[in-house]
Amino acid sequence: MSLTTGRGERDYADGNYVAIDAGWSDAPPRKGFFTDTSVCIGCKACEVACKEWNGVPEDGLNLLGSSYDNTGALGASTWRHVAFIEQARPMGRQDAGLAGLPVGPTATGSVNQVAANQVAANQVAAQMVAGEVSQLGTSTRAVELGMPSFELPGVRAEAGDRTDFRWLMSSDVCKHCTEAACLDVCPTGSLFRTEFGTVVVQDDICNGCGYCVPACPFGVIDRRIGEQGTKNVGIAQKCTLCYDRLGSGQTPACAQACPTESIQFGDVEELRERAATRLAALQAAGVSQARLYGEDPEDGIGGAGAMFLLLDEPEVYGLPPDPVVTTRHLAEMWHMAVAAAGTLLVGAAMSFIRGRR
Amino acid sequence: MQDLQNSDCIVIQGSNMAECHPVGFQWVMQAKARGATIIHVDPRFTRTTAVADMHVPLRAGSDIAFLGGIVNYILSNEKYFRDYVLAYTNAATMLREDFRDVDEVDGVFSGYDPETGTYDTSTWNYQGMPAQESAASGEESRSERAAGHEMGGHGASLEHGRVRRDETLTDPRCVFQVLKRHYARYTPEMVQEACGVPPEQFLKVCEAVTANSGRDRTTAWVYSVGWTHHSVGVQYIRGAAIIQLLLGNIGRPGGGIMALRGHASIQGSTDIPTLFNLLPGYLPMPKVGEHGDLRHYLATISSPDQKGFWTEADSYTVSLLKSFWGDAATADNDYCFDYLPRLTGDHGTYQTVMDMLEDTVEGYFLLGQNPAVGSAHGKMQRLAMAHLKWLVIKDLNMIESASFWKDSPEIDTGELVTKDIGTEVFFFPAASHVEKDGTFTQTQRMLQWHHKAVEPPGDCRSDLHFFFQLGRKLRERLARSTLDRDRPLLDLTWDYPVDDKGEPSADAILREINGFHLSGEKAGQPMSSFTEMKADGSTSGGCWIYTGVYADGVNQSARRKPGREQSWVAPEWGWAWPANRRTLYNRASADPDGKPWSERKAYVWWDEPAGRWTGHDVPDFPVDTAPSYRPPQGTGGPKGLAGDDPFIMQGDGKGWLYAPTGLLDGPLPAHYEPHESPVDNPFYRQQANPTRQVFRRKDNLSNPSAPEAHWEVFPFVFTTYRLTEHHTAGGMSRWLPYLSELQPEFFCEVSPELAAERGLQHGGWATVVTARTAIEARVLVTDRMVPLRVGGKTVHQIGLPYHWGVGGNALVTGDSANDLFGVTLDPNVHIQESKVASCDIRSGRRPTGPALLEYVKDYHRRAGITIYTGNDQRTPMPGVRLTRPEQDGAEGETGPRQGDPS
Amino acid sequence: MHHGTSSGGTPDGARRSLRSTLLSWPVIRQYTQGDPLGRGAAAVSAHTKACTARTTTADRVVQSVCPYCAVGCGQRVFVKDEKVIQIEGDPDSPVSRGRLCPKGSASEQLVNSPGRQTAMLYRRPYGTEWESLDLETATDMLVEKILDTRERTWQEHDDQGNRVRRTLGIAGLGGATLDNEENYLIKKLFTAMGAIQIENQARI
Repeated sequence: MSLTTGRGERDYADGNYVAIDAGWSDAPPRKGFFTDTSVCIGCKACEVACKEWNGVPEDGLNLLGSSYDNTGALGASTWRHVAFIEQARPMGRQDAGLAGLPVGPTATGSVNQVAANQVAANQVAAQMVAGEVSQLGTSTRAVELGMPSFELPGVRAEAGDRTDFRWLMSSDVCKHCTEAACLDVCPTGSLFRTEFGTVVVQDDICNGCGYCVPACPFGVIDRRIGEQGTKNVGIAQKCTLCYDRLGSGQTPACAQACPTESIQFGDVEELRERAATRLAALQAAGVSQARLYGEDPEDGIGGAGAMFLLLDEPEVYGLPPDPVVTTRHLAEMWHMAVAAAGTLLVGAAMSFIRGRR
Repeated sequence: MQDLQNSDCIVIQGSNMAECHPVGFQWVMQAKARGATIIHVDPRFTRTTAVADMHVPLRAGSDIAFLGGIVNYILSNEKYFRDYVLAYTNAATMLREDFRDVDEVDGVFSGYDPETGTYDTSTWNYQGMPAQESAASGEESRSERAAGHEMGGHGASLEHGRVRRDETLTDPRCVFQVLKRHYARYTPEMVQEACGVPPEQFLKVCEAVTANSGRDRTTAWVYSVGWTHHSVGVQYIRGAAIIQLLLGNIGRPGGGIMALRGHASIQGSTDIPTLFNLLPGYLPMPKVGEHGDLRHYLATISSPDQKGFWTEADSYTVSLLKSFWGDAATADNDYCFDYLPRLTGDHGTYQTVMDMLEDTVEGYFLLGQNPAVGSAHGKMQRLAMAHLKWLVIKDLNMIESASFWKDSPEIDTGELVTKDIGTEVFFFPAASHVEKDGTFTQTQRMLQWHHKAVEPPGDCRSDLHFFFQLGRKLRERLARSTLDRDRPLLDLTWDYPVDDKGEPSADAILREINGFHLSGEKAGQPMSSFTEMKADGSTSGGCWIYTGVYADGVNQSARRKPGREQSWVAPEWGWAWPANRRTLYNRASADPDGKPWSERKAYVWWDEPAGRWTGHDVPDFPVDTAPSYRPPQGTGGPKGLAGDDPFIMQGDGKGWLYAPTGLLDGPLPAHYEPHESPVDNPFYRQQANPTRQVFRRKDNLSNPSAPEAHWEVFPFVFTTYRLTEHHTAGGMSRWLPYLSELQPEFFCEVSPELAAERGLQHGGWATVVTARTAIEARVLVTDRMVPLRVGGKTVHQIGLPYHWGVGGNALVTGDSANDLFGVTLDPNVHIQESKVASCDIRSGRRPTGPALLEYVKDYHRRAGITIYTGNDQRTPMPGVRLTRPEQDGAEGETGPRQGDPS
Repeated sequence: MHHGTSSGGTPDGARRSLRSTLLSWPVIRQYTQGDPLGRGAAAVSAHTKACTARTTTADRVVQSVCPYCAVGCGQRVFVKDEKVIQIEGDPDSPVSRGRLCPKGSASEQLVNSPGRQTAMLYRRPYGTEWESLDLETATDMLVEKILDTRERTWQEHDDQGNRVRRTLGIAGLGGATLDNEENYLIKKLFTAMGAIQIENQARI
């Protein structure tokens, strides 16, 4: 029986062993997302469709200055998040039309720094409003409260005139890890592995302990903050891959809405093939920085149920470059715990038997 | 829409399709996946550009120069589709000897009258056509202006379809040669001078579109309000039409010019117009003098000798009058033609707002419209509403236009005081789209029925309910009236079936619009085609182009055969006017002999054995007119169309490279600068459109433009636009938490170069100033904005999304970008120039209260602004100082002065 | 619909009985279902087990069209107990193929938003606040306003003596989300009243 790490015992690239191991003896094929960011138009239909379907509350009316992103990051009330990255880099054979124009140095560096600080400050502010400052320490997110740069964008003399530009967009979501740390640490059984191989919070069981929050290597799951009366306030929340819709044979709301099929839903096995095909096509078209993320069952989380085609390093999109399940050594710890429990149990039984005498 | 997937190259210009029409954009992405080249020509790098193959940043307001440059490239490199051009366009048609082009008349076409700022267009006509549109007097020319828009529907009337042609295209008076001379100056170097686009970049576009056009390939052009919101907007679209006709891309799969309209039924609102100058089906509203009786009216719409379907306008008109006034409309009383009120000029929305300021308009209905935010010159809009006696708002949300009397920006400045505003305001809450039955007409003329799902809540009612009940009550109140003026109301057919809540049946109204036979054996039956309409009062039909939506007694707009169960044309989903045709002028998809230009681009073709046109779509041609058919001399109407006359609504059956009639500002697009511009027109001495509608009023001041003095006070260009996350003036988005959180604040987008020049801090505030007002916005510094080199100057452009407004109870508010614009209009369609103007930008927030007014006045002083500034339609000769009445500055009186054109 | 029945992954519902009550004791479940750690099938709560897509239990599904831009995306409107509970893309539409942009996706909120104005409001001349007003009364008042303005501003002839038969005292500006049928009635009524300044977003 596989415990936390199935590596070496199961080939998670095939089938839905992740569900079978969780007791779903006749599980359907594992379901997931393939988000092809190369065709994302940043419309945010996924964010809205998700909130509409799942009743996720609005969570802040602040301009972040992070390009067109005013959502900031995934969290308890943001289960889909579209990142916008402005870069002074070329995109394959795309012609950004800058040649021959009276342009100076790029502003992307300084602007992105201002934006990053603003996003971080915004999160802290939201937590302070909700009286959750004490939880800061458990957050895996960046919390530095840098002040905006006083340097004027574009005045940096050392940079040359810009010749390239591209605008990347990417819709992020819970990865539904094969080795899911949130699930490992959940003491209540609220988080569970579904028959579709996805990882879902059960609202009626979660007691808001928050252990899952720092366990997630992606900073996805969080406890919902908000006014009294807000749905599921205080409870850990994240993408369910529309568990209720899957059960009814439907497509998750975000994937159904996506106008350009940037978000594709399907069987993880098939999506992995599709991702590889798409990657090859893009690379052939000159988009050499294209890469897949989360598709490899040998990675630190045993592969993701939600994989991505990125056009740059994961960090650029706010994704950890090499995520590792935070409970990697939990299996050994469990064995020790079980042994200890067994000893106790034996002792208890002995004394019980003795007592009957 | 889905036809875009067939394109080999798509040029998106004047449109931000991915942001404003994201779901339609899937077809562009599909074309791209199939190998098509996607080009985005736009001042900004947008979400559309992000996935395009090429970005061509250009100066806002310079598109005609860009398009003209492509025309020149096509002509001088022999890249046109000769067989198509010769057979299907008016390239060979001979023009009058007395026509003079802009290069010959110092920047204007022949016939210009500087006194009135209008053209006598008669010299623009074909050879052999009598002068018929003489706009000699000012009075008539104003009437002409009012006439403009309905030409959009059908091309203007021609006296007859007989034209002189030079099939060799070599005669200097033929359209082809005139076109060649006209655009000879639009070289790549001049394109750079006007647009700021380097020649190498420009030539890449030329090569892409010409390489992807011809027998086997097609290019599509996509535009939106980035083209229409200009003082030369109609000519922008004409520019694309010329290119697409030269390249043979009209009427063919993957080709065409795609107008992306921005509202669910804005196409329907034009077809069945709530527009002052139109009746349903692009029939003109009658004008004083010109349209005394029905006979005179019909004579101006079409001539019986011209070709095509407009010769049947009498049937369309009489059927409309019958649907309005039923049995009261008889042959003896001209079918109640006299019941129609008459126009005397421009009664468009901006003129009406100015009339409000003069207190001649007492009552105003705003039906799902928020002009306090969405119209140009918001301050004028709001001040005008304060002059009304009564105002009716019908909306889903408490929009800024409804609450202007308590929280508009003018309350803050002291220009308005709540307790001094006498306007009585009625807010009637509206039903949403799921709370009523009805049809929307989407951007490609397709009607789709939406079914009512639930009852509207509380006091919410559909507009159908509201107007039906209002009409019912008005008629009851007047029931005993003997006044002549009340006859049109009392004789109106107004007897629709209602449900138990008083809601009239939308289905019954759609039947009335479709029309039916009034007599004969088919009496009472719906017509299936407008060809069944009669001019003898035996048919009734509310909008002839919509006849067929109830073909066979079935609501065709409610058809929903799944797309995957039919061809990509999907003819059984909804219903498209006319006659369910999905691509107009599709006869042109076949060669003159009726064979597809290529197998790859086959669409509609002649089936010789069957003796009919056939194909993937409903043929847009008389179905049994053979390609070889030539009409007898003098035949008019549909029978006058030769077998190779695909443009069946044009009086000569040809696509118009050159527009001999119908336009008021020129037969060919010429580059004119925007009304406000920091750049001298590099092509002509004439700076801006000499026929643009200007309003010299102290409440509508303009910035000085180059070469006028002090233009440098407003050295920057700004443009406005939408974001995906909001809808127009925000009435359907800023009250929704899920949309508001995505774009919560008004911002301006500036390049790092402009930020450095003006000290603008990313995330900080900036104040943007024009002669109208100053507004504040958060700053986004971005590489997506670039400076351009134009005419030896560096031109900076500023981007301003226009969704926010001050006041109301929206979740997110902010200053309104449209407050920056004044009112200057395209002469053909009276649409405002709101996609480009000049401005200043400063770091920091704007003053508040009365100090804001002082701040703007200071700009007036510095720029020496008077009501004449920027408002000369004809650019004065250099060094010539126009005789003005005493220059009394911005404080001066409004209105025209003696000796000045009005 | 029970999600388990479609997937076949949950324990057979037929086992629900006294025995199944016993078996549903978590510890027993964990070991009888091959989920000893209680992280999958055994962890499913009764609430989770009962969760279904609300669209599957809607009373009816109505086909509609998105009210925002002019692409004309198909929508499916799901109604339960006479309330709209979900609006999503209609996969049958050959134009939109089931997809919606963020605005189209927010259509349910457009309909059910708590900020939506659902009561008739009235502001009297020189008034400082909105007042309530009965819908019928408001319509009757409006009828009198229209007739009054029309009478006062009626023009039978223009300055040159041409018959114009109109009023320039009543104007309108419509949004372009009006149905064709609504536009038709508006144009018909205004024209019959002699009001000509009826305009639309299509001009803007």
